[in-house]
Amino acid sequence: MNIVVCVKYVPDATADRKFEDDNTVDRVGVDGLLSELDEYAVEQALQIKDKQADDTEVTVLSVGPENATDAVRKALQMGADKGVHVVDDAIAGSDALATSLVLAEAIKKIPHDLVVCGMASTDGGMGVVPAMLSERLGVPGVTLGSEISVEGETVKIRRDGDASTDTIEGSLPLVLSVTDQSGEARYPSFKGIMAAKKKPVETWSLSDLGVDAGSVGAGAAWSVVESTDARPPRTAGEIVTDEDGSGAKALVDFLASKKFI
Amino acid sequence: MTYELSAEHEAFRKSVREFAEAEIAPHAAEWDRKHHFPSDVVQKMGSLGLMGLTAPEEYGGAGLSGEDGGFTSLCLAIEEIGRVDQSMGITLEAAVGLGINPILTFGTEEQKQAWLPDLVAGRTLAGFGLTEPGAGSDAGATKTKAELVDGPDGQEWVVNGSKQFITNSGADITSLVTVTARTGTRADGRAEISTIIVPSDTPGFIAEPAYDKLGWHASDTHPLTFTDARVPEANLLGERGRGFAQFLATLDDGRVAIAALAVGCIQACLDMSLQYAGERTTFGVPIGAKQGVAFQIADLEVMLRASRLLTYQAAAMKDAGRPMKEFKQAAAVAKLYATESAVTATRIATQVFGGYGFMEEYPVARFYRDAKVLEIGEGTSEVQRMLIARGKGLPVE
Ligand SMILES: Cc1cc2nc3c(=O)[nH]c(=O)nc-3n(C[C@H](O)[C@H](O)[C@H](O)COP(=O)(O)OP(=O)(O)OC[C@H]3O[C@@H](n4cnc5c(N)ncnc54)[C@H](O)[C@@H]3O)c2cc1C
Repeated sequence: MNIVVCVKYVPDATADRKFEDDNTVDRVGVDGLLSELDEYAVEQALQIKDKQADDTEVTVLSVGPENATDAVRKALQMGADKGVHVVDDAIAGSDALATSLVLAEAIKKIPHDLVVCGMASTDGGMGVVPAMLSERLGVPGVTLGSEISVEGETVKIRRDGDASTDTIEGSLPLVLSVTDQSGEARYPSFKGIMAAKKKPVETWSLSDLGVDAGSVGAGAAWSVVESTDARPPRTAGEIVTDEDGSGAKALVDFLASKKFI
Repeated sequence: MTYELSAEHEAFRKSVREFAEAEIAPHAAEWDRKHHFPSDVVQKMGSLGLMGLTAPEEYGGAGLSGEDGGFTSLCLAIEEIGRVDQSMGITLEAAVGLGINPILTFGTEEQKQAWLPDLVAGRTLAGFGLTEPGAGSDAGATKTKAELVDGPDGQEWVVNGSKQFITNSGADITSLVTVTARTGTRADGRAEISTIIVPSDTPGFIAEPAYDKLGWHASDTHPLTFTDARVPEANLLGERGRGFAQFLATLDDGRVAIAALAVGCIQACLDMSLQYAGERTTFGVPIGAKQGVAFQIADLEVMLRASRLLTYQAAAMKDAGRPMKEFKQAAAVAKLYATESAVTATRIATQVFGGYGFMEEYPVARFYRDAKVLEIGEGTSEVQRMLIARGKGLPVE
């Protein structure tokens, strides 16, 4: 089986994150890493590979700036077999539609039975790329799986919703997205890190994919971030003191006013 | 000439650090307080391949060459684990240095096949029983005896005696201990010492209740007793009569690994002190603005850099297969300097924290208690000085 895992290089959430002058996320001048939510996707792909115990191959695919190779490299260190990095200046500022276009065109050039994605990126956080990919590739989209099994041509997931737990099945080829409940991602071992040195990473540009530069990037985006403001600093909490038995009511009122209940 | 770790070593350091921060750091204080040995987390270190960094692939190890820096990577792992928890650091150090190494280096093929896959994967642990109540620095004074006698299925070793302070020897995942024992008298009248593999479930072998230690509370340490403990003749580790040479060789690698554990301790002291010196204010300014505090932290930085260089230089010598004599000297120097620095570093860090440093609420107190034994285990500071002086040709006793 051939598995493609889509991974995103995102700014490190523990470091300083900034926006560019055009309100797009600064992805070059800040420390970045493989999106944590995509680590779950890599993990699931590797678990499927381990269980198949055949010549299943896992290819990691990332669309992103120069240093996005770090994200690809990390996935290779975890155990993926090879990498593809689509990098092109014209891609900067792309929205989810354009990103999914580039990903889909790249995936078409890679042998694939199963495409695995994380549930969302840790920066944009829209979570729409997997569904867009399934549409663009014309294959089923089985999304938000928190437990995944593959048997023959069938992929089965458990999806935990607020009101129900669903079991969903689809047949290959398909696009799968997995949640942060699907199982902790492995840490790269030293053996994996050494092995990754020798694994191939191909770099493709938009012209390699036959994608018109005008259909991606900030200029082609369907939505624009008009302004950004830093979140105001956290305010001090409110302490409810129960002196005359009215404490419970004060608590309930507070929770209700914040729409927690 | 510059001395730097490879990009792969740095990537590995990051990986182990993430593991240590997520899986160990949040629990270290509680394990310490409860004297709890977290077997499951030890096994997780195994899953990350930490026990197999210096073992060949055929036993499940990473199969690295000296050029890849396998031993250096082990030291990095010990340093990073030790930076958040010295107990888990020593558990890893002993698992490889004292548990796996003797079998890997001296074991027969059958012994390796039988024990290594589980040890290397970290599913099980092995202890190394050298020290006895009457034989510590003077390990050759071993009294424990092993006699070869006829058994129902061929010859057997019958082991009698006791061992003191043995790490990883009584955990629920301990599968065996290798013990040094007298197996006879040599032609020159001195004791013939050999090493015997004693599986944990051997009748007559008992890991007595764990010690109540000053530090390393989450590390598993027991006295061991052997009362007519019988094991097959084939459990002799390597050659008969080579026990003394075997444990001396085992301890050289271990010294560098202990130095790495000390480096982790110094790094922790520096990190904690630096942060606190910026936060705590007295007389209207952060205490770090006072030279009395700032200069002590500068000293920590010096100790850290010097200890780290000595340690990784010794590790690189091991990986490069440099002559044994040269490596032994480097190992003793690294162990002595890094461990004594670690003890000083914990004293400084505790001082920087003032009264809070004396409270168990802050990890500094735990590091303070944990550091002392670094100057004792795997050869005391005095023994290192003796070795170093002998290395310089002095006829020290
Ligand atoms: C927590 C812990 C874990 C341990 N784990 C293990 C283990 O897994 N396996 C194992 O076999 N052992 C283990 N040990 C034992 C450890 O290696 C010994 O404690 C150490 O070698 C010192 O031996 P001793 O305690 O008998 O002290 P002694 O040898 O009695 O030393 C007492 C003092 O005399 C000094 N001294 C001794 N001889 C000389 C000399 N020739 N010149 C100058 N000074 C000298 C020493 O430096 C020391 O200061 C462990 C110890 C501890 C505390």
